[in-house]
Amino acid sequence: MDASYFLISLLNGLSIGLLLFMLASGLTLIFSMMGVLNFAHASFYMVGAYVAYTMTQALGFWWALLLAPPLVGLMGAAFERFALRRVHKFGHVPELLITFGLSYLLLEIVQLVWGRQALNFSPPALLQGPLFTIVNLPDALSLAWGMPPEACSTVEGAQCTQFPAFRAFGMGLAVLMLVAVWLVLTRTRIGLVIQAALTHPDAVEALGHNVPRVLMLVFGGGTALAAMAGVIGGVMRVTEPSMALAVGAVVFAVIVIGGMGSLAGAFVASVGLGVIESFAVGSDRSLQDLFTFIGMTITPASFGYALWSVKISQVAAILPFLLLVLILIFRPKGLFGTREG
Amino acid sequence: MASRTYYEFKPYNVGRWVVWGFYALVMLVAPLMFTSSLSMTMLTQMGIGIIACLAFNMLLGQGGMLSFGHAVYSGLGSFFAIHTLNMVSAGNLPLPVSLVPLVGGVFGLLFAALLGFVTTKKAGTPFAMITLGVGELVWAMSLMFPGFFGGEGGISGNRVTGNFAGITYGPQVQLYYLIAIYTFVCTVAMFAFTRTPLGRMLNAVRDNPERVEFIGYNTRYVRYIAFMASGFFMGISGGLSALNFEIVTAEVVSAVRSGAYLLFTFLGGAVFFFGPIIGAVLMVLALVLLSELTLAWLLYLGVVFTFMVMFAPGGISSLIMMNLRVASFGKLGPLLSSYLALGGTGATVLVGAAAMVEMTYHLQLNQALGPEMKFMGATLNAHSLDSWFGAVFVLTVGVALFEVSRRNFVAQWGQTQEEIEREIKRREALA
Repeated sequence: MDASYFLISLLNGLSIGLLLFMLASGLTLIFSMMGVLNFAHASFYMVGAYVAYTMTQALGFWWALLLAPPLVGLMGAAFERFALRRVHKFGHVPELLITFGLSYLLLEIVQLVWGRQALNFSPPALLQGPLFTIVNLPDALSLAWGMPPEACSTVEGAQCTQFPAFRAFGMGLAVLMLVAVWLVLTRTRIGLVIQAALTHPDAVEALGHNVPRVLMLVFGGGTALAAMAGVIGGVMRVTEPSMALAVGAVVFAVIVIGGMGSLAGAFVASVGLGVIESFAVGSDRSLQDLFTFIGMTITPASFGYALWSVKISQVAAILPFLLLVLILIFRPKGLFGTREG
Repeated sequence: MASRTYYEFKPYNVGRWVVWGFYALVMLVAPLMFTSSLSMTMLTQMGIGIIACLAFNMLLGQGGMLSFGHAVYSGLGSFFAIHTLNMVSAGNLPLPVSLVPLVGGVFGLLFAALLGFVTTKKAGTPFAMITLGVGELVWAMSLMFPGFFGGEGGISGNRVTGNFAGITYGPQVQLYYLIAIYTFVCTVAMFAFTRTPLGRMLNAVRDNPERVEFIGYNTRYVRYIAFMASGFFMGISGGLSALNFEIVTAEVVSAVRSGAYLLFTFLGGAVFFFGPIIGAVLMVLALVLLSELTLAWLLYLGVVFTFMVMFAPGGISSLIMMNLRVASFGKLGPLLSSYLALGGTGATVLVGAAAMVEMTYHLQLNQALGPEMKFMGATLNAHSLDSWFGAVFVLTVGVALFEVSRRNFVAQWGQTQEEIEREIKRREALA
């Protein structure tokens, strides 16, 4: 493992982790305020990507980035107002079920409107190409901004690793969003009301604040964040109908690992998972290598060869769930959780 | 005892015998009435679905646990059953084919014991999320180990391996009766489970876990046992489906399958024991017939499900029971005309909405066939303004009329319920 590979993997992991956290933060906020797990959260992420795709065709990427999240946020708020609030009196299981039904519906509607194939959602011209290139010449390591330098193609044995500009943009936007959310939550009046409503909804209501409206606001805000993540994720990864399910399960794993209702835990878990996953994808080691290292020989005839020979890159996709199981066995309340149950 | 709500003649509970006898009779007679090969396939699948949905409801309805990854246990049961079947076919294992589903059940139980140990650490919402994660884990693993799971092509087998007194399971009807027997026995066993002290504790854990802890029970332990029992029956249903289809692909452990169990168990109704049976019948009808009829069936299903959660969270079985209650007080007659109005206007809404949905699907998926399409005998042109205007018109009129009749119905229903409450109070006063 050389330095350039390490740096690029770390940056890729961070960008995925920050994207996950944009989703997980909204989900955690909604969960800790309303006790509702929004099963359709990842579906709003998907809808955000698709809506932004269409807006990009009509208005350009920057308008799409600006307009799609509030639009999806409005949809989320409307769902909270007209469907979720109605089933609130039936208890938590129906609340979970109605968001499950919504995820079903959104998937079908997306397939109906945009078709079942993956869309070609490319970044705007400004953000295409690499932000910088790490040039690994046989005798020196250097960093070049913008397009890869000529040395990459002319010098023999040169290894060049690029970091896409759009990923960097996504990371920057995610950090900016999170700082903004943090400021809103801690420095504004509505943020204080939200924080108070987290723990003492009755007292807040007695002081004359409209708690149901605050809930609607949080739900809408959370879905808008998810949609913003969708705009970034749709370009960075892929815009297709299965994107919701793929990300949704990982986000659930993130907030259980971080501890239910803990924003700090969700941050650590999502960034950690992103980095671990990005390093795992690039590794072709397996348990077999470990056995060889400690002096045992493993052949295709040995017991459980299928398991020992699986490469780490192959298990990268299930690492979040493996970690989830491990966390539940050894620390059931999650990394930063405060209570069990 | 005046508070008995059912007729009881000691030493036998006649009502119960009649209901169970009827259930057995239906299963016995069904293949004689529906003899076509399509209906035979559907009947066998219904039997399998009934076991799976009832087992799912042991958690959802009786334990208040919402599992998003329950296909794992039926799916793994299927895989172990098909491997067992192949060992039997190869002559390596002296086991009657009739007992292969039990092997599926045992492995369903084993995996429920293994994975349930982790998932049942939590209840409520975290439980749902963790089952989803575990489901994804198993699903991803099924693609990682093609040796056991057969990769894309799956594992196939052949159920016709032996001949015991003419029973080879070659003809579908023989398999049907095997499945019918399994279904009946499993249904009885799961109903009996609800009557055991453990089943009652499970209800208590669902309703008030804190209080259960105070009394001295370990709620997690109760959930864990129920989870294992449910896994066992899921495994049996998986083993039966392995025998039925003679091929098992990785799709059986997917989140889509888990979602289907959840959706239809809920539609049938989680509150009553018999609800999931209705759900399973609907599941097979939807998967086999509705999916043939229209491309948009998943959309319709989602809409029905969402409305059910919002307006009738007890599912179809609770709607039936509410109307039976009204009927037992002799007040159903006046409501019938309202039902007729609701049904008629509802159908109008459905026709309008369905026409628009079908036209959109047609544009999206069948572009090559041209804009013309058949819809309920009429020819619609998905590109013409007329068809869209007609659909919108029908929809608008339907919605308006439906709203009028709905308001009438709500008022009438509320009044009837009040009368029934008064009647109950009057009877209590007399007794």
